[in-house]
Amino acid sequence: MEFLRNLLDKQKPLFQKGGKLENLYYLYEAGETFLFSPKHTTGPRGAQVKDAIDLKRMMITVVIAMIPCLLFGIYNTGHMHFLAVGEEASFGDKFILGLTLVLPIVIVSYAAGGLVEATFAVIRKHPINEGFLVTGMLIPLVVPATTPLWQVALATVFAVVIAKEVFGGTGMNILNVAMTARAFLYFAYPAQISGDQVWTYLGDKAPIDGFSGATALAVAYQSGQEGVNAVSNLGSHNSAVMEGMFSFSNMFLGFIPGSIGETSTLMVLLGAAILLFTGVASWKIMISAFGGAYIMAAVMQLLAVNEFMAMPAHYHLVMGGIAFGIVFMATDPVSAAQTESGKWVYGLLIGVLTIIIRVTNPAYPEGIMLAVLFMNVFAPLIDHYVVKANKKRRLQRATV
Amino acid sequence: MSKQIKLKKGFDIRLVGKAEKKIGNFPPVKTFAIKPTDFIGMQRPKVLVKEGDSVKAGTPILFDKKMEKVQYVAPVSGEIVEIKRGEKRKLLEIKILADTEIDFESFEKFTEADIQAASREKIVDHLAVTGVWPQLIQRPYGIVANPEEEPKAIFISGFDTHPLAPDYDFLLKGQSNYFQLGINVLQKLTKGKVNLGLSADHKSEELSNIKGTEINHFSGPHPSGNVGVHIHHISPINKGEVVWTINPYGVVQIGKLFANGIYDASKLIAITGSETKSPLYAQTYTGSCVDSFVAGNTKTEKVRVISGNVLTGEKINRDGYVGFYQHQITIIPEGDYYEFLGWMKPTAEKLSYHKALGLLSFLFPKKEYALDSNARGEERAFVQTGVFESVTPMDIYPVYLLKAIMAEDFDEMEELGIYEVVEEDLALCEFVDVSKHPVQEIVRKGIELIQYS
Repeated sequence: MEFLRNLLDKQKPLFQKGGKLENLYYLYEAGETFLFSPKHTTGPRGAQVKDAIDLKRMMITVVIAMIPCLLFGIYNTGHMHFLAVGEEASFGDKFILGLTLVLPIVIVSYAAGGLVEATFAVIRKHPINEGFLVTGMLIPLVVPATTPLWQVALATVFAVVIAKEVFGGTGMNILNVAMTARAFLYFAYPAQISGDQVWTYLGDKAPIDGFSGATALAVAYQSGQEGVNAVSNLGSHNSAVMEGMFSFSNMFLGFIPGSIGETSTLMVLLGAAILLFTGVASWKIMISAFGGAYIMAAVMQLLAVNEFMAMPAHYHLVMGGIAFGIVFMATDPVSAAQTESGKWVYGLLIGVLTIIIRVTNPAYPEGIMLAVLFMNVFAPLIDHYVVKANKKRRLQRATV
Repeated sequence: MSKQIKLKKGFDIRLVGKAEKKIGNFPPVKTFAIKPTDFIGMQRPKVLVKEGDSVKAGTPILFDKKMEKVQYVAPVSGEIVEIKRGEKRKLLEIKILADTEIDFESFEKFTEADIQAASREKIVDHLAVTGVWPQLIQRPYGIVANPEEEPKAIFISGFDTHPLAPDYDFLLKGQSNYFQLGINVLQKLTKGKVNLGLSADHKSEELSNIKGTEINHFSGPHPSGNVGVHIHHISPINKGEVVWTINPYGVVQIGKLFANGIYDASKLIAITGSETKSPLYAQTYTGSCVDSFVAGNTKTEKVRVISGNVLTGEKINRDGYVGFYQHQITIIPEGDYYEFLGWMKPTAEKLSYHKALGLLSFLFPKKEYALDSNARGEERAFVQTGVFESVTPMDIYPVYLLKAIMAEDFDEMEELGIYEVVEEDLALCEFVDVSKHPVQEIVRKGIELIQYS
């Protein structure tokens, strides 16, 4: 490591004030601090020792928590392909096919976002924010494997600029950046991110007879329209391809079509376990959001006027991206409610809204995306009232 | 009514190098210094002595032109050897070369009955000219109390929960008579109560039987020993109110003044920290030079000497001086080194309040750590939420308060509780902060904005 350190020290004057590449200082700094924790010491007054944590470590924890979803998503992409075209394939084949589809998306997302970050860091003269470590991984996990790469790049650039940098970078944003990217794709290029055709990669092969690329949510919604029992309709769906694909247990495991990282509730829960154990994400948001969704789904069931509403409440928790959205996006500390009591309200409403959008809105089969973005906007309002209550307590005991 | 208050929020920073309860044989301290910078809120310090003057313990050497009544006096007798000034002639230190035998100014002595009979005015005047007054700190703002005001109550914390803090029972050993007398004096200063906060976890031998105070017990991790936390839970400060706080050492000093008629600045200092060869207590006086305790007493050469503790202390030179209000110095390794992939390396050697990837210190809750002064990362915008609240046992939203200060929003600051905090109350936030904000500096900035507005 001595060698690397010497190399960095040798180049440093180039980037420092008065150096030739002074403008690129923050790029150098990003690289340097990635390799070596800086040797800054604490100031002469105040805390003389500091906690071992920093933002880099916190962010990388979230990235690690997403890895189960990523790996499963890669496998599942290949698995779905071979199921749809009716070919037998080994685990390795499936994984490699998945890798060739997913890896480019990940790379493009990191590259496009990284470029924006770097550009802003150089122009605005601020350090490169670690927040993008997470966003860059989240975006690939919430799009279908068939998404054109240029769309991934465009959505990433749009989200990083409009949702984050215009507000001042990581920590200042109002909306969750990755969710913004997805919403951008959804509204700008709906053909590539909705419907029945985009979730399973077919390549140049034809699917087998009776194949349907619909997601579970679409099937359940259809049941409501057609007045057939949602559970049995889900259970018999796509039986040409796989028996019981949309059974509760299979949906929980995640061998179903959907966005790359969202399909497996099990893997999401594994990630959730990492986030909760490390204390990086708020358990209050997760519990209240899952609880809110379950309660709302149960209420829907009670008031059921169609078969979709009558679907058992727990089905909602394993379908679509709700689990992924709650665990990885609703808990983004910057765009979520920041007060502890506010987090309960914030999470609960995300759960409730998700189900309302799913069940009652014919235009959007999935509700988590809009629910999170909507509550992102309302989070400061929730906090405002929590903080106001604190101010009021203080004011009440005052005499002047 | 005495209260038992259980505090859950907070965090104990366990460090290597707690001082053993013994008084060490350190070489005699030659010089002592009064640092006007120790007295926060001192606006226009004026020196009363010249280099070469000789002074007795208790001779006034300094006052603040904004509060002329209060005298700052020499802790020891000797010769003024240097009046050190910094940029723009800012007064930094008044150094005294101490006599081997301390010679005291003599002041009026009081019996208990005299104290009872004396008027408040007389007591105040006596405290102000004899050098003990600066022990009284005013909240809000955490500045030297104003003798023209009357506080609604006086608060004393009888224990210290800071990292490696000295044991007050040891500091005050055998001095409970003086402490009691000091309390009697303090009672004259306020129509309200004199509150004494004690630890519920460790019974105080010296202070448990003190009369004339309302004793409340606090349990829980640091900052349960902070007087600001006590005030918040007993009688929070509202806008327009003033309370005073005083360290037990100051109470004893007042007791000695009234009983013996002298300004007795003798005190015990805990010499602590992982780099200290023999962590012991040292018998000395206020403003002691630390070279006697540091030279030859460090394990390595690259050390940082801190006047006070690692959370709220101040970095001083190896021949610097212990702060006026401190009872502790801490010697830790200087942390100016690079660490390869330090931000993701798993570690159990560095203490963390968090459990993020690779931070393993939570597995060893009893372990004592040797922390250095490395900043552990760079400053960022606020990202993580809920952490400051979880180490602040007060009904306050620290992040909102800090943001209000940064935005210089006066109304917000007031509404969010700026009057209830000083730096030390939010010092833990600075330690645990993922985004590495200079929390205490921001708090002081906020206080000054409000104070001088």
